[in-house]
Amino acid sequence: MSFLKRFAITAAVVVLATGAAGAQDMKKVKIGTEGAYPPFNYIDSNGELKGFDIDIAKALCTAMKADCEFVTQDWDGIIPALQAGKFDAIIASMSITEERMKQVDFTNKYYNTPPAIAVAKDSTLAGATPADLKGVTLGAQASTTHGNFAEAKYGESEIKLYPTAEEYKLDLVNGRLDAVMDDSVVLGEWLKTPEGACCKLLGTLTPDPAIHGPGAGIAIRQGDTELKEMFNTAIDAIRADGTYQKINAEYFDFDVYGG
Amino acid sequence: MTMTSTLPPPAPPRRWTPARIAGHVFLAFWILLGLGITLGMAAGWDSSFLSTYGPRLLSGLGITLWLVFWSLLIGGLLSLPIAAGRLSNNRIFSSLAFAWVYFFRGTPLLAQAFLFYYGIGTFSPELEAIGLWWIFEEGLYAAVFIFSLNTSAYQAEILSGALRNVPRSQREACAALSLPRSITFLKVILPQAMIVALRPYGNEIILMIKGSAIASIITVLDLMGETRRAFSRTFDFEAYLWAAVLYLVMVEVIRRLWDMFEGRLTRHLVRRSDD
Repeated sequence: MSFLKRFAITAAVVVLATGAAGAQDMKKVKIGTEGAYPPFNYIDSNGELKGFDIDIAKALCTAMKADCEFVTQDWDGIIPALQAGKFDAIIASMSITEERMKQVDFTNKYYNTPPAIAVAKDSTLAGATPADLKGVTLGAQASTTHGNFAEAKYGESEIKLYPTAEEYKLDLVNGRLDAVMDDSVVLGEWLKTPEGACCKLLGTLTPDPAIHGPGAGIAIRQGDTELKEMFNTAIDAIRADGTYQKINAEYFDFDVYGG
Repeated sequence: MTMTSTLPPPAPPRRWTPARIAGHVFLAFWILLGLGITLGMAAGWDSSFLSTYGPRLLSGLGITLWLVFWSLLIGGLLSLPIAAGRLSNNRIFSSLAFAWVYFFRGTPLLAQAFLFYYGIGTFSPELEAIGLWWIFEEGLYAAVFIFSLNTSAYQAEILSGALRNVPRSQREACAALSLPRSITFLKVILPQAMIVALRPYGNEIILMIKGSAIASIITVLDLMGETRRAFSRTFDFEAYLWAAVLYLVMVEVIRRLWDMFEGRLTRHLVRRSDD
């Protein structure tokens, strides 16, 4: 066999192989996330995206045989960025709410945890009801269900809204805030860290369905039903085959999927 | 002499050079873009937006004006010793002033806001002990504090630059007339320096108005804070449009005021018609 012939055959094999791989047609999905909401999504000390949302997203992508790529985006602009096509889906612990449904479509929920309030360890506050927190400075993240809930139900408190969860945590530590409101898991996990040693959980709140919605879902552009169905099927699949439970166990000692 | 000789010669025909064609294409592009945005806004216009969020945007405007006013005033007072330091022959005094200006001009206002709000927040027990925590506890006061320091550096540079601009001979002439130093400064040097400093001062006010939007990230509900809040509720870009209009109005008012000030300060330089 001449060198030229061997070369031609090798080349043909390579072309066929790559063609076959290409023929599998991996759907490319760009996923937007915030990267500032531990333990759900955050950037670790190595600069890598980590968290429950990220692991669930990766599992969903494997289940629907999609090639996924992550994009981090400030919370404030995450819905407009989805609408502008910067990415195809938001997997960032976004609660499914009426207000957001006017802008984007949601898949079914992939977890649901109640809100809670945290205070300094030496706080004299006894309860977490609006009456207990009258006149108290209460912090939450802006543009979130928690921020909206605080403004709607804790009108007697002084509400301060922050761009990310990191900032209200800083202000609770340094005493600018008397209390903060967020997801019970987010607060609970933070209280276990050295930075959260200052503080304790005051109480878990009953979610308001009109404000908090049924839980966190994946947001996609309106009318993108194909992707929505793919995600819904994938959520069911990872719930059925135990992948979800495995990821759940890595992060939490209870079932975050909720009732 | 005939009448025709006084007429200007006919303009040469303007040729369609590539640059002229490109200019028209770009202009058409911008006009279309402007129309598109206007139509897009008109199509999605929600008249209930203003009735719901209008009062809050106006209250935000009030906060912005309050913030800018106090920052400029305190910054202006702070800038006097710093400008004096920049012009001083005393090495310690002048290098301190230089370092101050170097730091505040050389770092982003956003970074300064984070540093002085969240950074200083970690020293809250110490600050509480010396009774200064109240400045940093409230986002609004912290914003005035940060903006004052920032603008003092810029204002000091404007002032010292303008004073340096006045020719030495003016001082020498005053000395020859044995005018007291205070009169020399107030009546001769400063008025001339103000002509040079006026425009940069106007620019600094405009920069401060726009820069004050940074207060919204340290929990102050200024115009930008209210705008972001309204946007997060409605996802309607109308919010940012109204914010842009309000900022433009503020800047336009300053611009007009400054034209008036300049007319007044340079009235001796205007050629009168009967000259």
